[in-house]
Amino acid sequence: MRLINDGGIRRRRIVAVAGSLLAATLVMTTAACGSDSDTASNEKVKLTVATFGEFGYKALYTEYMAAHPNIEIVERITKTEDHQKNLAAHLATNSGAADIEAIEEGWVGQFTSQPGKFYDWMEYGGAELKSAWPAWKWQQASSPDGKVIGLGTDVGGMAMCYRKDLFAKAGLPTDRAEVSKLWPTWDEFIATGVKFEAAKPGAKFMDGPAVMYRSILGQQPVGIYDGDKVVVDSAPGVKTAWDLTIKAMNAGLSAKIAAWTPDWNTGMAKGTFATLACPSWMMAYIQTQAKDTAGKWDIADVPGGGGNWGGSFLTLPKQGKHVKEASELAKWLVAPEQQAKVFRAVGNFPSTVSLYEDSVIKDFKNPFFSDAPVGAIFSKSVKTMVPQYMGPKSGDVNTAVINGLTRVEQGKQTPDEAWTQVLKDVKALL
Amino acid sequence: MKNFLYRMDLKGSPYLYIAPFFLVFAAFGLFPLVYTGWVSLHDWELISDDHTWVGFANYTKLFGDTYFWNALWNTLSIWVMSTIPQLLMALVLAHVLNQRLRAPTFWRMTALLPNITSVAAVALIFAQIFGRDYGLVNYLLGVFGLGHIDWQSGTASSQIAISAMIIWRWTGNNALIYLAAMQAVPRDLYAAASLDGASSFQQLTKITIPAIRPTILFTVIISTIGGMQVLAEPLLFGGASPTGGSDRQFQTLSLYLYEVGFSRFDFGYASTAAWAMFGIIVIAALINYLITSRLRRS
Repeated sequence: MRLINDGGIRRRRIVAVAGSLLAATLVMTTAACGSDSDTASNEKVKLTVATFGEFGYKALYTEYMAAHPNIEIVERITKTEDHQKNLAAHLATNSGAADIEAIEEGWVGQFTSQPGKFYDWMEYGGAELKSAWPAWKWQQASSPDGKVIGLGTDVGGMAMCYRKDLFAKAGLPTDRAEVSKLWPTWDEFIATGVKFEAAKPGAKFMDGPAVMYRSILGQQPVGIYDGDKVVVDSAPGVKTAWDLTIKAMNAGLSAKIAAWTPDWNTGMAKGTFATLACPSWMMAYIQTQAKDTAGKWDIADVPGGGGNWGGSFLTLPKQGKHVKEASELAKWLVAPEQQAKVFRAVGNFPSTVSLYEDSVIKDFKNPFFSDAPVGAIFSKSVKTMVPQYMGPKSGDVNTAVINGLTRVEQGKQTPDEAWTQVLKDVKALL
Repeated sequence: MKNFLYRMDLKGSPYLYIAPFFLVFAAFGLFPLVYTGWVSLHDWELISDDHTWVGFANYTKLFGDTYFWNALWNTLSIWVMSTIPQLLMALVLAHVLNQRLRAPTFWRMTALLPNITSVAAVALIFAQIFGRDYGLVNYLLGVFGLGHIDWQSGTASSQIAISAMIIWRWTGNNALIYLAAMQAVPRDLYAAASLDGASSFQQLTKITIPAIRPTILFTVIISTIGGMQVLAEPLLFGGASPTGGSDRQFQTLSLYLYEVGFSRFDFGYASTAAWAMFGIIVIAALINYLITSRLRRS
């Protein structure tokens, strides 16, 4: 909806243009896929793989092409957020999707609600691979009617990163086994925080509400969805995570910093908060944002046992012309051997359970975090995690809940007022 | 025959020359506009294949949607807070650049620099400047003993921060447009005014502004249309959250559209919001047109 031809004076991005482009692609259905579907054995098959961020696949593509001379792999890498939105647009217009598309956990529910847009892995050799993954990982990429759109690449796992120096200042133990004993449950985690604050160590116990809420929610047997129904107001899962987070805020433990903001990054570097719930990818984040804190951090078990946050899947969109070749490549990419290679190269934590007994994971320690045995810590959390269905609105519901927690934190509303508005917002989403 | 061809060339070729623009506009402007209207009459989930016809249900829902109205008011208040200071500052800046300066090209180029910087970079840096705990602005306030402001959480404070980004990006751009218009004002008017003892400020208000009035109106219209479409600033200021703050205190119309369309995948409703925006811009343009024609007559 470009309203005037502005002669390039204002090149502001108009949101509506995105819509128009979608529409335009409908009209101009130029064949998105240049190769024809005739795949005689001497012909090269071109496979496009679309990923985001850092999957660590580059070397694997080279290896695969060397072993399969008739396959040519083209990679497409975009930013995480853009990738999922582009994929949605490609599926909506039935053109432009790659042969293999990666999907991140936070968005997977929006795509499992439309299983017809993907080939079902159950028909392409998924059934015999199922036992390679923990049940919850398999479940996340399954639609409510049992179709499987994705195979797991990596997982986040869950642990608790903490600052040893600040713990020492507050007179708390610093040894990771001792620290893990401090908080088998979230209530005990909060009690530890109260002790920490009482010692006035010049820092807050935790960063803000978002990360804590997400971590607790991930451990609930029923979260936002029960089957394909949103049960925020009827099942206890979301409310449990909400109440515990409110309890921690009321105890004055929070530095009141919103996650992913400049203040959050600075807080990490300056030691403004002493704990941060940590999926495995968060370690890399801390290492880049707070380079000078090496050796001050350590990693203990997350309260409440298992958990996961993050990770991805490989899917085969129905638009793909070479489903047989694409499925073989995808299965090879998610096989344990390849996940181990990726882990060594870029640190993405594998989702295939067999690797957790392998020395590549079992003996893996992170020097930045005082040589914590992170391989063992994260595998434990992944293995004890309960399956939880991620539906199409999971991400939006989480945004509404975290906004509610933030309103309480900013002193705009009481917890009850905020919760009422959350329920209203969630209703509006459905 | 020759005669006929000659006549065709004379009458027809101008249309041929302008045809490319209209063809491109039809494909990328007009068709999407109409198609968006069509989508807005459906319950249209982005990746689902069944689109149910719902008539004007989306529109009735939109007009009762408090978040839509909230976004509209936010857009208007950010527009006022950014456009008025921006154009005033641009006028003064252009007036200064219009004096005899050394290295005029250098100064003019510098005025345009903020505008050619990527909006994402500007928004991220400003988000840091307005940070609550470690932001530059709060640091300066602290120096003067004024305490810290939580820029993001307040409605007014967050909108001031976003307006500051827009002002930063567009002031120089508008100043150059004014400057181009000022160059066309006859120099002897200023010389005569100087002889009569008019100050620089008087020259600005009595000679320059009346002379470049049409240009000022042009920038007002352009800023209005631009102001309706503010997206990147609030999106990045809020840490990439599409809701524009915990209480939607700085969610603009474009950002609401983005949230509905690309976060909830509710394309029918997003198209409805797009058409509502289109209507609002048309109304704003009409008001501008009325004011302009009235001014022309006076």
